[in-house]
Parts: sequence; C-alpha cells; structure tokens
Amino acid sequence: MPLLEIKNLHVEIDGKEILKGLDLAVNAGEVHAIMGPNGSGKSTLAYVLAGKDGYEPTQGEVLFNGENMFDMEPDERAAAGLFLAFQYPLEIPGVATMTFLRTALNAQRKRRCEAELSTPDFLKRVREVAKKLNIEQDMLRRGVNVGFSGGEKKRNEVLQMALLEPKLAVLDETDSGLDIDALRIVSDGVNRLRGPGASFILITHYQRLLNYIVPDVVHVLSKGRIVRTGGKDLALELEARGYAEYQADEVAA
Amino acid sequence: MAELKVIKTAAETALAQSFAQARARLPGDDVVAKERAAAFDVFVREGLPHRRVEDWKYTDLRALMREAKPLAAPPDAQAKARGKHAGALLDAGEAFRIVFVDGAFVPELSDTAVLEEGLSVTSLAAALAGDVGELTQHLGKLAPTSDVAVALNTAFMGDGAVIQVRAGAVIKKPLQLVFVASEKPTANFTRSLMLVGKGARVMLLESHEGPAGSAYQANAALEVFVGDEAHVDHVKVIGDGADALHISTLAAAVGARARFNTFSFVSGGAIVRNQLFLKFDGEGTVANIGGATLLKGRQHADTTLVANHVARGCQSREVFKSVLDDEAHGVFQGRIVVRPGAQQTDAKMMTRALLLSEQAEADSKPELEIFADDVQCGHGATAGAMDDELKFYLMARGIPAAEAEALLIQAFLGEAIESIEHAGMRETLNERVATWLRGRE
Repeated sequence: MPLLEIKNLHVEIDGKEILKGLDLAVNAGEVHAIMGPNGSGKSTLAYVLAGKDGYEPTQGEVLFNGENMFDMEPDERAAAGLFLAFQYPLEIPGVATMTFLRTALNAQRKRRCEAELSTPDFLKRVREVAKKLNIEQDMLRRGVNVGFSGGEKKRNEVLQMALLEPKLAVLDETDSGLDIDALRIVSDGVNRLRGPGASFILITHYQRLLNYIVPDVVHVLSKGRIVRTGGKDLALELEARGYAEYQADEVAA
Repeated sequence: MAELKVIKTAAETALAQSFAQARARLPGDDVVAKERAAAFDVFVREGLPHRRVEDWKYTDLRALMREAKPLAAPPDAQAKARGKHAGALLDAGEAFRIVFVDGAFVPELSDTAVLEEGLSVTSLAAALAGDVGELTQHLGKLAPTSDVAVALNTAFMGDGAVIQVRAGAVIKKPLQLVFVASEKPTANFTRSLMLVGKGARVMLLESHEGPAGSAYQANAALEVFVGDEAHVDHVKVIGDGADALHISTLAAAVGARARFNTFSFVSGGAIVRNQLFLKFDGEGTVANIGGATLLKGRQHADTTLVANHVARGCQSREVFKSVLDDEAHGVFQGRIVVRPGAQQTDAKMMTRALLLSEQAEADSKPELEIFADDVQCGHGATAGAMDDELKFYLMARGIPAAEAEALLIQAFLGEAIESIEHAGMRETLNERVATWLRGRE
C-alpha cells in the first residue's frame, strides 16, 4: 500500500476547477518531484493535502496510510505524519518560536498518545537541529519568522520539519528565493531526514533543487493533471526544453 | 425659548434620594460637605450621562443603569470574610494588602501597620474625620467633576485609601488595594488618593471583584500625584462579578522626569466604564499607558482615556487591546491633547480589537488635539477577526483549532501586556488571559 494515494482528485477554489483528475502514489521512503509551469496547480495540491479552507475537493480521494485524508482536520493530518513546508512562511508576532515548536510537537505527541517531551530533551533536540541548519539561538527567541529574511524563513520551515519528523513532507517551492548557500543548507536538511520512514514531495518550478536532492520520481503537472512521469532525467530534460509543450492555456493560482 | 426639562429616570430619582438620606453622615467637615453638594449639583443638572454626551457616546449610562442600588451598609462578619482571600486575581501574596469590602476599609484584613519605611496608608474615612487641611489640598483636585461619574463619586465617597510615599523612598513590595463586593446588591463609592514624593518609587496594584449573581454597583476613583523623578507603576484588574456595574476613574498628574506606567486589565462586570485622565505637568516624563480587555456573553466595557500633555518633552505610549467574543461590546475612546507649551511631545496611541464572533462589536474613537507645532504624535485603530491564514499555519503544524486560537489571542494581547515593566505582573496577567481562554472552551 502506498503511503499516499491520490485518485482522480478534482479541486475547486471559488468555484473554479484547478485540479482536474490528478493521480499520484508515493511509497514510503520515496522522493517525488512535481514540476510544472505557473498556474498548473502545484500549490493547490500542497494546500489541499494540508487541508486549507477554500480548497474544495469535488471528486476523487486522497488516502494517507490508508485513511481518508478529507475526514481529517489540518492538525490531525499533521499528527498523522504530514508536513507542509510553506512557500511563504507566515510571521506570527508575539508567539515565540520556541513556544510554537514546543506546542506543535507536544500537540502531535499527545494526539499519538505519546508522552510530552521534557524541557531539557526538547531544548537539546532544537539546539541540535538548529545548529545543523545554521539557525542562531537568537532567532528562536524571536516571534515566529518575525524579522526573518526569506532564506531564514525557509530554513525555519526545515527546522520545524526536522523536529516534527513527518512521514511525508510536502515542500512547496522551498527553493524559491534561496541563494546557493541557503539552498545547500536546506537540501542537506532534507537529505538527512531522507530514509525508509520519510517520504517527500518536492514542488518546484526549477530543476536546480534536484541537483541537491535527487528524486526517485519526477512528475510534470499541467492544467491540473499529472501529464508525464519519469526518473530524475526528466527534470534535466525539462530544464533544457522548458515547459512550452506542457504550457497551461489558462492562468490560475 | 423654553428650556427642555428631561424626565428623571428611576435611577436618577433613587440617587437623589440616597444623597438626601446619606449626606449628613458621609465623612468630612463643612468644606468637604460643600464639595459634595457642589458635585451633586453637577449630577442634578446633567443627569446620568447618555449617548448624546460625546464622552459617553457608546456607554449610555442613562439607558444601561436601570436602577440605583442603595448605599452599602458597613460590612458584617460574613461580608468581611469575603475579603480574606480576595485580591488573588492580581497577586498571590507578595503585596501589602489594603482591603475594602463593599467600599469600606477593613483594618483587620489590611497590612496598614506593617508597611515599609516611607510608605503610609490610612483610610479616607479616618482621614476625613481628622484634620483635613493637607488632604483637601489634593483631594478632588485631579478628578474632573464635570464628568458625572466622578461627580457622583465626589458626592458619595465613603472610604478609600490615602497613600503617601515619602520623597526618595523606594518601596520594594507592591501595595495592593483590594476591593471586593459581598453578595448584597448595593452601591459603593470609594475615593483613593496617592501622593508620591520626589524621586520615590512605588508599585500600586488595584483589584476589583465580587460575586456573580449580584448586581452591585461600584464607583471607584483614584487620584495620583507623581512627584518629579518619581517612578510609579500601576496595574488594575477589573474582575467584577458577571452582573456588576463598575465605574473606575484614574486621574493622575505627573511631574518632571518621572516614569509613570498604568495598565488596566478588564475581564469582569456586566457594564464597565474605565476612565483615565492623565496630565503630564513636568518636562521629560516617560509614560506607558496600556490595557487589555477580554469580554464575552453580553458584557460591555468602555475605556476612555485623556492624556493631556502640558509640559514639554514628554513621551507617552498608549496601547489598548480588546478581545471580544459572543455579543460583547468593547469601546475605546482615546484623546491625546498637546498644549501649546508642550513642544517635543512624543505620543503614540494604538488600539486594536479582535472580534471572535459575528455579533461582537468594537467601537474606537482615537483623537489628537495638538496646539504645539514641534511634536510627534500618532494614533491607529484596527478591528478585525482572527487571521485564518495564521490559524491554518499553526494547525498545519499539528496544533488543534482551539489551541491555535488561544495562542494567537495570547500573542495579540501580549503586545499590550509587554508594556508592563514588572515581569511577575506580566506573568500574572498572561495567566489571567489563559484562565479566560479556558473559560471559552
């Protein structure tokens, strides 16, 4: 049984159909890249998986570990092992990063009937992960993402991911806006987590990220459907030839 | 043109009767009695404030106050027992306590005798019974009797605290005025006065509470004179019972190069009016004025602030936040006045309301009146619902909806609560916010 199974998924936003029968299966431990032109529905896929309001599935189903994802609230999906790294991580003034991380981690553990992490254990884990991602202690004391640069925000997403240890992480254009050093740090973070218990969906417009995180499978998303699937070489082909042959007629979110 | 005669409401008639009966036994000599009479005349002339009185536009007391409760009798043993553990909502035992039950000072529950060197507290009733010479130099000099709520307080004031902090004294422990109402639905009028000498430092806490189910009426006024270079922190919690009517007035005059911080936390009462009249009389003073209001059900709370910059070079920051659930109604009226001599005033006022329900209502009326030309003043006001994007971000990390909302509400209020210098007090108020949030679930 695949870890994630999407069958004939149709999704509307404000009555406009964006995903038009998408099929995708991700097995445990696999890394899939989803590439496609702007407006093909990449971010819609990310949000509908995470359970954002306003992204209305009208047909099809999504099974995560065999369970119907649409029966679950966003927090339940997270506790079940889904993680979405946001394309534009939000700033939350007044909520300290440490409080945020701890509340999230303990909420997930509680739902899984696991004991809360003790303060020293929690701090130790955060420090270890933060160090590997070049995130300074000072940043953790600030409000979530407040005053962070674009690259720092993306690193903070990877920090959260590393701490929460999801079964499936969806990275929505995590590479956008990163310089080469930040891209390497973020990629290292992902590669460290990669393993039999952790699968990834990398949503990206560019092939560049895939030099650092080598995918098992590459899909091309166009006009709300997966139109082509191949190995890592497909990304190189796309880089060389562009999306012209898959270009969407219509522009959408 | 014929003068329009407004028909008295039942409450207005009852107040007039109360005053006629009580005036002879209210404390103080002839001078005080005259002031009471003059203040009461203001009430007779104006009546209870109503929506056509601009300063009371959103709190129509004439309509809201259906009846005037009889004046509270001196508390009996049972009533006094309520005072024993009161005040914990603001302080769990660190402070010197001065306890008032139904508006009357209770010496056996108060720490009047064991205060630190440089700090003295007497009851207003006792002070008015003695030599009132020095007292009348200050009493009633700050609270504006043109305001009818203050006028009623001056007319009826029965007791309160008279606090003196000697010049240069640094009072280590906070002083807490504990006001508690008993089960009897009565009215009480307290007036307190604090004189802070030059260079002194003190922290004054004020807590107001009472049982739910009793429609008592409390009108509490406090006048504070802050000497030059003094440092005063004031924190007030209005945590009255769910059926109470509470009117609070803080009137302060702040000297030069002083620090004056005041914070109001409002979560109790059915109808609350919290008014602040602040005057910056001396140069170079820095003031942080803040508040957090948390309302649910059909609660109504009005915060009305007038910050009057008279002297040059003062800095004031006003940050007021409210969280309104169910059918609650929150009001903020803030006016910064900069007098012609108050050049280089730096005053910034911000008010924000977070509406948690479709039926909740927030009214904000920020005003600047500037008569000087070299100043930095600004104000802002917002009202809005919970940010769904932020809530989704938190939920996407595994935080359940209710907990996500609680975190965002705490963060929202945090910006105001952070202005309190005392770390322990910030923690106490954050804990009160958490308690309120638990009550929402």
